Amino acid sequence: MKLKEFIVADAIIPNLKAADRDAALQELVASLAAAGALPKSAVEEVVNSLIKREQNGSTGFGKGVAVPHVKHPGIKQMSGTIGRSASGIDFAALDHQPVFTVVLLLSPENQPQQHLQAMNIVFSNLQKDMFRRFLRQAATKEAIVDLIDEADQGK
Amino acid sequence: MNRPRVVPPESAGARRPKAGVQAFMPSVSRDIIVSNSLGLHARPAMAFVDAANQFASKVTVSKGGEEPYEADGKSVMQMIILAATQGTPLRIAAEGDDAQAAVDRLVKLFEDKFGEE
Repeated sequence: MKLKEFIVADAIIPNLKAADRDAALQELVASLAAAGALPKSAVEEVVNSLIKREQNGSTGFGKGVAVPHVKHPGIKQMSGTIGRSASGIDFAALDHQPVFTVVLLLSPENQPQQHLQAMNIVFSNLQKDMFRRFLRQAATKEAIVDLIDEADQGK
Repeated sequence: MNRPRVVPPESAGARRPKAGVQAFMPSVSRDIIVSNSLGLHARPAMAFVDAANQFASKVTVSKGGEEPYEADGKSVMQMIILAATQGTPLRIAAEGDDAQAAVDRLVKLFEDKFGEE
């Protein structure tokens, strides 16, 4: 699986306005809805379940990244987006450090294999110091899309 | 073991570990199969890492097959990279003084399907 198979380029936010976790989730889900990845009527419910998911255990797994994710019946096709925060967001991360890169993933129900594959490719890339650093520095949507393309080509 | 030492001193010396090298650490492993229907997604991966961190032993979880991968059992990211779906065989290994207790506990998590279906 490749990142660009589910990362919706139009929904990428290179400079998140949000200063806290819940606002960042709202901004990213609204962006996915605006790009047509989920019905606008589902935004509120998806945001609420993402917040609930974070409260049960932060997806800020350390190294300045968080990967909030949730399944929802309104999602027909697995979709994700990336948000970047220059100032950092408190995600109650495992290492207690601020999060600069949020990779948000929305999965359809009953597709656990697809979900695991997507998480695999996201984390395989986030494990790489260079990928994380470039992502944190990528200030435009185009720069982030380029990074995704390079990562997908294994560069 | 109380076997009498019959090896000559020089060869016994050769077997002795160098200073600073961890040797004679108990090493235990068990093979399991992922049985919960959602597989090893983030929540079970975190539960596993939480449990693994309660032991001093080094813990690894490895997967064979077409995309072999060995994850540090104390890294959530690496555990998620395993992408172990239902039915995937995994080897849980621990190395250290509490290796046996660690493997017993960690295997139990999989046997209990992490509290899922």
